[in-house]
Amino acid sequence: MTVGGEPMPSDPVTITPIIALEGVSRRFGPTHDAAARLTRRVTRAFGGSVRNEVVHAVDKVDFAIRPGEVVGLVGESGCGKSTIGRMVAGILPPSEGRVLYRGAEVANLPKDQARRAKLKVQMIFQDPYASLNPRMRVAEIVGEAPRVHGLVDRAGFDDYVDAQLRRAGLDPSFKRRYPHQFSGGQRQRIGIARALAVQPEFLVCDEAVAALDVSIQAQILNLFMDLRAELDLTYLFISHDLGVVEHLSDRVLIMYLGRIVEAAPAEEVFARPNHPYTQALLAEVPRIEARKRRFTAIKGELPSPMAPPTGCHFHPRCPHAMPRCAEQAPDLRAVAPGHHSACHLNDAI
Amino acid sequence: MNPTPPTAMTAAPHAAMGPTPQAAMTPAPHAATSGPTLEVRGLQTHFFTRAGVVKAVENVSFSVGSGRVLGLVGESGSGKTVTGFSIIGLVDPPGRIVGGSILYQGRDLAKLTEREMRGLRGNRIAMIFQDPMMTLNPVLRIDTQIIEAVRAHTNLSWREARVRARDALGMVGIPHPEERLDAYPHQFSGGMRQRVAIAIALLHRPDLLIADEPTTALDVTIQAQILSEVQQLCATQGTALLWITHDLSVVSGLADDIAVMYAGRIVETGAASSVLDRPLHPYTHGLIGSVPSRNRRGQRLRQIPGMTPGLLALPAGCAFRTRCARADAACAVDPDAREVMADRTTRCFHPELDLIA
Repeated sequence: MTVGGEPMPSDPVTITPIIALEGVSRRFGPTHDAAARLTRRVTRAFGGSVRNEVVHAVDKVDFAIRPGEVVGLVGESGCGKSTIGRMVAGILPPSEGRVLYRGAEVANLPKDQARRAKLKVQMIFQDPYASLNPRMRVAEIVGEAPRVHGLVDRAGFDDYVDAQLRRAGLDPSFKRRYPHQFSGGQRQRIGIARALAVQPEFLVCDEAVAALDVSIQAQILNLFMDLRAELDLTYLFISHDLGVVEHLSDRVLIMYLGRIVEAAPAEEVFARPNHPYTQALLAEVPRIEARKRRFTAIKGELPSPMAPPTGCHFHPRCPHAMPRCAEQAPDLRAVAPGHHSACHLNDAI
Repeated sequence: MNPTPPTAMTAAPHAAMGPTPQAAMTPAPHAATSGPTLEVRGLQTHFFTRAGVVKAVENVSFSVGSGRVLGLVGESGSGKTVTGFSIIGLVDPPGRIVGGSILYQGRDLAKLTEREMRGLRGNRIAMIFQDPMMTLNPVLRIDTQIIEAVRAHTNLSWREARVRARDALGMVGIPHPEERLDAYPHQFSGGMRQRVAIAIALLHRPDLLIADEPTTALDVTIQAQILSEVQQLCATQGTALLWITHDLSVVSGLADDIAVMYAGRIVETGAASSVLDRPLHPYTHGLIGSVPSRNRRGQRLRQIPGMTPGLLALPAGCAFRTRCARADAACAVDPDAREVMADRTTRCFHPELDLIA
């Protein structure tokens, strides 16, 4: 890779990770208003049953990202990857566990420090149509945050915004325009300029190229790589597209139904996937190198996160499932240096 | 497990599926009709808007034979979807087919009356759309919708049709089809809904299936399930499949032939492996370079500069010339499609022949 060299996930050197998640869970449940609470209480008092529909979007996740790393987070829809992205970016608080920025929990920092820490982690969203305020001009979209946070004064404002736009590959003469006057790819560049305008160290990209055409996607991916070299950025790159993740990432985390099932350096995970889910997923990735082939399929569907299977979440679809898999959730354990996998099969060896 | 599955075959361009049991059963229902199942010649579909005439499909020609898969590849706005809609007769005003012919087993679909077209549509010719919610009526139960489609083209009783409906759901891998018949579309996941849409499209074992980005909104594992189903269908029923997509990596595994569209025109055609290995048109070349692939991990992607021009503001001559590194004065004239190699046509004055080692 261009920056930082090959990361050593098992590296004992004490670099404080830029982001660390410790036992983070996130649950979503319905919020009840006064009337609903009363109804539920009355129902319960009369011996009725009250359903508690809670989605376990993220279930006790641990990982750390070192400065300069690009970490890919992969999983199918509903596996909780966007929820993790939002918790890392500080948009969503975890239900349990801690999200640490450079070793400190942002919520516990003194106010001004917390504010600065929050600016250092920025997010780029999937939908370039929904993530820009349609009533704001590009200059305001990009320049608002740095002005509010005092990163730029009134005199330097125009130059600052121009520089941000130019860095994201946009012509600064467009800055008086509104978002609807841009194409999808250009809008994504505006989103990138906005994120970079507050001088972050860490970018969370949540399916940032999924909505774009192939040729535009290539332009944006190249931009991400250039920015990484130029600004020494660290990325959490969330995507369902394994090809994109393989292209960009130093390290890959594979998620299934709220849990990380495998974590390994990118080359390692694509060459020697350990977890049966990862193996099945990789086998199904359409690749441009592959010619006419027979497609096969993993059995069954992604189960509902409202009622996840017991034990290992993947066991109902797993070709190697054993009785133990239905009872006990496997821990994420090292199977090779820097390569972790959560599967009972690894104990047998 | 190896990420590139051992089942991957390098197909000889004209072998339908390779030596598999399914391929042995390939004799198509319409083997008697000689020639391709679908032949589109010089199709022109224009939209007469207030801002001007949008030539969404301009002089498009291709053909798909029985049991074959043609991948129609293009980015948004290239006209690939309008091509599909033109074939199945669903172009709405201000759009109109203004020229060319769409020959289905020798009959020109563009000249059929709406009544004749209705007899074919959903029966001999079916389409799967990108968004299954577009196919399914949200306020009707699944059984109502499938039975309606069955009875539209057969004389079956309601009861018999329901049995057909149940079997159709079972065939696309929906568990407990009998119970699921009573469900509404919103009670299905996206992948399941798309499978219901596919079940409806396949009810009458169509001779021609048009699939417009049917797996784009789906997860990788669900996509693989659907790809394996349509693959089987082509192999066993001899269905001709037109697979419309922007995703070259899906097409590379599925298609026998590829046609690449840019700004309403087909710029390149040929056997899939041939086009992917030796793209002739600079656009195809750029498109392939844009796909992240394991051979170039961590390197910059070969990007196409600029973006697709609006169809109302196309540059004169070759529509790609403003983004093309090879463009010169000759490109100010619109190039015709010509055969530069055996079975390979391209619309370019400067095909990348020299790139071929």
